[in-house]
Amino acid sequence: MSAPRLELRHITKRYGDVVANDDVGLAVAPGEIHAILGENGAGKSTLMKVVYGAVAPDAGELLWDGAPAAIQSPHDARALGIAMVFQHFSLFDSLTVAENVWLGLSRTVSLREVVEGIRGKAAEYGLDLDPDRPVHVLSVGERQRVEIVRALLANPRLLILDEPTAVLTPQAAEKLFETLRKLAATGCSILYISHKLHEILALCHQCTVLRGGRVVASCDPTRESTASLSRMMIGAEPPRLERRPANVGPLALSARGLALPGHDRFGVALEDVSLDVHAGEIVGIAGVSGNGQQELLAALSGEDPRADAGAIQLFGQPIGRMGAAARRKRGLHFVPEERLGRGAVPSLSLANNMLLTRHEALRAFGWIDRAALRHQASGVLRRYWVKASGPAAAARSLSGGNLQKYIVGRELDAVPKVLVVAQPTWGVDVGAAAQIRAELVALRDAGCAVLVVSEELEELFALADRLHVIAKGRLSPSIGSAEASVEQIGEWMSGLWTGGPGQAAALAGGAR
Amino acid sequence: MNELALLVAATLSAGTPLAIAGLGLLLNERAGVLNLGAEGMLLISAVAGFAAAYHGGSEWLGFAAGAAAGAAVAAVFGWLVVWLNTNQYATGLAVSLFGSGFSAFVGIDYVGRQLGEKTAHAVPVLADVPFLGPALFRQHPMVYVAVALVAAAAFFLYRTRAGLVLRAVGESPQSAHALGYGVRRIRLAAVVTGGALCGVAGAFLSVVYTPLWVEGMVAGRGWIALALTVFATWRPGRILLGAYLFGGVTMLQLHLQAQGVQMPSQFMAMLPYVATVVVLVLISRNPLWIRLNMPASLGKPFFPGA
Repeated sequence: MSAPRLELRHITKRYGDVVANDDVGLAVAPGEIHAILGENGAGKSTLMKVVYGAVAPDAGELLWDGAPAAIQSPHDARALGIAMVFQHFSLFDSLTVAENVWLGLSRTVSLREVVEGIRGKAAEYGLDLDPDRPVHVLSVGERQRVEIVRALLANPRLLILDEPTAVLTPQAAEKLFETLRKLAATGCSILYISHKLHEILALCHQCTVLRGGRVVASCDPTRESTASLSRMMIGAEPPRLERRPANVGPLALSARGLALPGHDRFGVALEDVSLDVHAGEIVGIAGVSGNGQQELLAALSGEDPRADAGAIQLFGQPIGRMGAAARRKRGLHFVPEERLGRGAVPSLSLANNMLLTRHEALRAFGWIDRAALRHQASGVLRRYWVKASGPAAAARSLSGGNLQKYIVGRELDAVPKVLVVAQPTWGVDVGAAAQIRAELVALRDAGCAVLVVSEELEELFALADRLHVIAKGRLSPSIGSAEASVEQIGEWMSGLWTGGPGQAAALAGGAR
Repeated sequence: MNELALLVAATLSAGTPLAIAGLGLLLNERAGVLNLGAEGMLLISAVAGFAAAYHGGSEWLGFAAGAAAGAAVAAVFGWLVVWLNTNQYATGLAVSLFGSGFSAFVGIDYVGRQLGEKTAHAVPVLADVPFLGPALFRQHPMVYVAVALVAAAAFFLYRTRAGLVLRAVGESPQSAHALGYGVRRIRLAAVVTGGALCGVAGAFLSVVYTPLWVEGMVAGRGWIALALTVFATWRPGRILLGAYLFGGVTMLQLHLQAQGVQMPSQFMAMLPYVATVVVLVLISRNPLWIRLNMPASLGKPFFPGA
């Protein structure tokens, strides 16, 4: 038995009074895919930052190939052969994909080699990526591909992935797994951070479970079930989503022939998008990121009021040219994909972030009733189990999942008539995700029209009554989620429905 | 015809200090540091350059002294804003005010002194070409050095890895830090380099352009250079263009006055600033343009580990 590639002993890290990691130990063998399982705030990300040298532990030691190693900076980590795919992407918006990747590699390669390398890795692993596009036009899913390709190009000996499948389609996730298995077969060790139990069962050889910063279990996931892993992770069974058949009411939100040119040459143009959302139903929109979701959401929420007035209607009223606030007044609420920057102002307190979309605490002449605001924010914190020090905490101090709970909670709490929500459970742990989904279903049952845009098929199948697929700026016809199969939706995601952009291309190719 | 050639020649000369200073400030800002102390740095380096040229008897000694003085002031500024995270705007204004007072104080003895004979410069052969010769090829060598510096900066920023790292630091210091780049070190290096360039520009003003030392002789060129970086949307080539444009406006103003055209000199003096505002309005119409070129972290402090 050779020495483990990486061994952690008694790692402890405190942030003020909060103990993020408490006496954590684990060992990763060469070629092993090792899962780090835990809920949001369990200390997974902190532990990985310690390994990557971005955070110095207060105590404990780290062994690399059996020898003590001092990793004081990400540079040291990279020199050892450690690569990391971050959850909060460390990308530079104004630079191109290739330049971003280049910055994470050693000095000896040229930019041209990087461009070729990206094309090669992208083709090899089925990750669609254009090296010359600037990053600021990419969707979240595409940005993650940049991170993954950057890590792969470094030919790492230990690859750390932080929630990598959060925004991938099932096919893409399966492809990523194949990639990771291939990579592991070459001897590269992989630390796989996730709270998706089935992924850990399908992929990982070894699993370390964290809860409250401590190691609560270490197991062989192939001998476990989702239920047993879940018990270790949260100490309880995962809640099941209870749902009754939809009680569909009158038409609430509709789009007819919605067409919008792209914002710039990299934007996706919407073409002839038509959809209906009735009161009391949840409509899901599936699709691989970067196919027009951002543009459709912007047009529906009012962030982009360029549509023809009549192309979008709310309860029969044309709203295509209204701004987001005017639409909100009419009962249309919106949860954007980007939490920091769109959903919340990072530097403001949670209470003040409440004021972005909620005006209950405003008094005459725009006076803010601070007590009422705090009370309102605390209510959301409590009701949606947001882990935060209180309503005065800055939005950016919350972990991604917790902030998501807060933002979704803020909009749900407003009892909207129509809710448009993007990626409702991205980066949220199992318990909280189930809770958010249950709240969405409850909202539906209360007569709200809900439109969910998500890249997680599993979630859409669990939530939606009807499904659309968006591909290259066009929207498929809808299909009842009970009648749809994952395979069919996967095909539609490539644009292969009757009259879809992929089908038209395939027909044109066949005619030639 | 001959007058036009002289006007072009004067424009190139007037634009040169603006171009060099603007280029220095562009490097600062590409790294995310806004140095509002440009005016003060130019003044201090102008007096340092004049003193060195006066005592040493060489223009090039003057440029070296100016660069050293500019770099030294910038190093203090950089230490304050990059390491101690003082507010960049307030610190920059303080450097500006300090520079005007300090330069006046140490420069008292040099007021009214003359540098040696001004030598005529001419590029062999080309200087004798009709029109083009007097217009372009009888300039001080520093005028050509400025063009070369702009080309070098453009190459550095867009064709080298170090330039890419500099842009990355200005774009997102947090991400650069996460990738293991020394954000503070890089920012300080950019600030000091930018200061040295401003220093050369200041020395050019007092040693070649005027050439004498008078209190406050920089006369707002530091502020014009700051406006230039925005005018140029942080691209080196456009710095040169803008510098000649502003230089040309100044020269045209003098020229028209000499011709007896009735126009208040104050009106002409504000033209460069009006031009900047107009250009700002025009480029701001295209958000993508700003987004792609403006360093996103400009003016914001960076705290590693936070």
